[in-house]
Amino acid sequence: MKEDGVAALLAGTRVCVVGGSGGVGKTTTSAAIAAGMAARGLKVAVVTIDPAQRLATALGLDELGNEPHRIEPGSFADAGLPLGDGELWAMTLDPKRTFDELIEKLAPDDATREQILANRVYRELSDAIAGSQEFTAVAKLYDLAREGYWDLLVLDTPPSRNALDFLDAPDRLAAFFEGRALQALLRGGGAGLRLIGRGTGLVLGLLKRVTGAELLSDLSDFFRLLGGLLGGFRERAAQVEELLRADGTTFLLVTSPEREPIEEAIYFRRRLRAAGMALGGAIVNRVHADEPGTDGALEDLPALLEAEAGLSPALADRVAAAFADEHALARRDAANVAQLRERLGAGVPLLQVPLLDGDVHDVGGLVRLGAELFAHRGGPGAK
Amino acid sequence: MPGLADKRLVFVTGKGGVGKSTVAIALGIAAARRGLRTVVAELSGQARAAETFGVSPPSGEEVRLGGDGLHAISIDMERAMEEYLHERAGRVGDLLAASRAFHAFAHATPGMRELLTIGKAWELAQDRRRVRGGRPYDLAIVDAPATGHALGALRAPSTFAEIARVGPIANQGRTIDATLRDPAQTAVVAVALPEEMPVTETLALRRRLRDTLGLELGAVVVNACLPERIGPRQARTAADALARTQAPVARAALRAALSEHARACGQREQVARLAEGLDTAPLELPYLFVERLDPAALGTLADRLEELL
Repeated sequence: MKEDGVAALLAGTRVCVVGGSGGVGKTTTSAAIAAGMAARGLKVAVVTIDPAQRLATALGLDELGNEPHRIEPGSFADAGLPLGDGELWAMTLDPKRTFDELIEKLAPDDATREQILANRVYRELSDAIAGSQEFTAVAKLYDLAREGYWDLLVLDTPPSRNALDFLDAPDRLAAFFEGRALQALLRGGGAGLRLIGRGTGLVLGLLKRVTGAELLSDLSDFFRLLGGLLGGFRERAAQVEELLRADGTTFLLVTSPEREPIEEAIYFRRRLRAAGMALGGAIVNRVHADEPGTDGALEDLPALLEAEAGLSPALADRVAAAFADEHALARRDAANVAQLRERLGAGVPLLQVPLLDGDVHDVGGLVRLGAELFAHRGGPGAK
Repeated sequence: MPGLADKRLVFVTGKGGVGKSTVAIALGIAAARRGLRTVVAELSGQARAAETFGVSPPSGEEVRLGGDGLHAISIDMERAMEEYLHERAGRVGDLLAASRAFHAFAHATPGMRELLTIGKAWELAQDRRRVRGGRPYDLAIVDAPATGHALGALRAPSTFAEIARVGPIANQGRTIDATLRDPAQTAVVAVALPEEMPVTETLALRRRLRDTLGLELGAVVVNACLPERIGPRQARTAADALARTQAPVARAALRAALSEHARACGQREQVARLAEGLDTAPLELPYLFVERLDPAALGTLADRLEELL
């Protein structure tokens, strides 16, 4: 059977990373893709960050635990998508816990591990370590890929104004550990903060003046403790990057047809290319569709609706107004999508998903969204 | 709920993609119309406000937008850090700011970005500006990061104060924290869409804001609400008409109206759920059927937002 739609984009893919700016339907799209691929007989796990509550409940994601668990196929079968031999697994990532797990894995010994987990700066601020949420997401992906159980992993990237944050995360974390100044601070050790070289000593002295000695000492402990894990982190960051560049890894871009997400999608494409990572395609969600052959029919529409559909003049006017507004949005969307198509280039397949009448937040909604994603290549307006 | 005009610092937050920036800028327009010297401060490195008005300021600088009294700034961490060091330690601070070692340290310290950017937002709302030549604003409207990150940023000053215990950062952290927790000075405005997830996230934000900062939401805005063009009875009439109409254009129009009606009904349910969770009706902004949100379109949203001032 020749596959079309998303299935064609994911042929041979073992890891699918779904990126895009906030509010464009990344999580539901990821879940719908995972379910659709499971229905094609694959063992699929979807890693989401922050699913809608009803969707989470529908998928059984309220369960505790930072590991994927298998979803009951019954609800999908009931909604018209039997999974057959396929398996659908899902998990909601707990970034803090994933980071703790990473520390546990990388710590050279039990004492260091305990000290880090008990460190005040780590406890209070590890959420705020630059790029940590993004990094933990891809680190978890790497762990799951290594387990080797699943045929396909789908990662829903963290909600972030900047869809690219997670691409930089390995670099940012590595830089976090590598700064020379930090190394100097680390060597200074805990409360001592001995002077190492006159330049650093001067900086430390000034630093104490603006931060206070206690904070500096806590931070210094924190950097010293985590510095011991530098080698492990660097290695892990390199492995993660290798996974993101691997042949079996495909990025899918999700966007809505509005201007800002589209601009971000175009920027994302450029950055992916610069990073040597493969873009499998773009998905435009919530496209207002125009029906062919209705252009230029707006002026006489109320009269037509009265004559042909037997509407009262008042209702005819309102229906015509609704149509005119939809039509304007359809034209706006078509122009934005054309712009996206041009900027992405001919080599990047583009799937359009029409605006659905209901919000997608249950298994039935996922199945409907999946039907759009898997059915056809062009979507509304495509010939 | 209203009374935002009496505050000094208003944080606008919400789930990604709900239109936080749009609401922040429109609220700024409304406040400036009211005669308040207003600044819209963006925390995420973007300069949407300035771009909307066709101005391109250098990063981290305050700039005037079009009409009277409306200003914008895209807060830059580096710039905020230099200002803080200068204010704290004069020439010694400048020396520190010029040190590469210090920059590495500041960037690596978790939470420092949040502390510095929130500190700068606080500075904008002070009667005595710390920045050389800075004139005070009546109102600083902060286009804050998405919900989770925004809570982290709002908590940064108290977190640092706790960790540092004593010293300049501890003192500064406590001062900023006191302003953030003072309902006479600070308000948090949540922006939602009339959809499942943004509504759920807004209700969760309200709980977490109470738990972590002891703050109540100052206002809740539901953005992009579709018009209720036809009622249920008219929808049935339209559906019946669709079943017996042949003309393609008429059919397309009926389908469009019915689709909009279905979506509007879904939205009403979500707005009702939000109102029930909040014990009060949120302020609804209309969906704008426009190609782009230019200052004129934002002005129509500002008309509605004046109610919150």
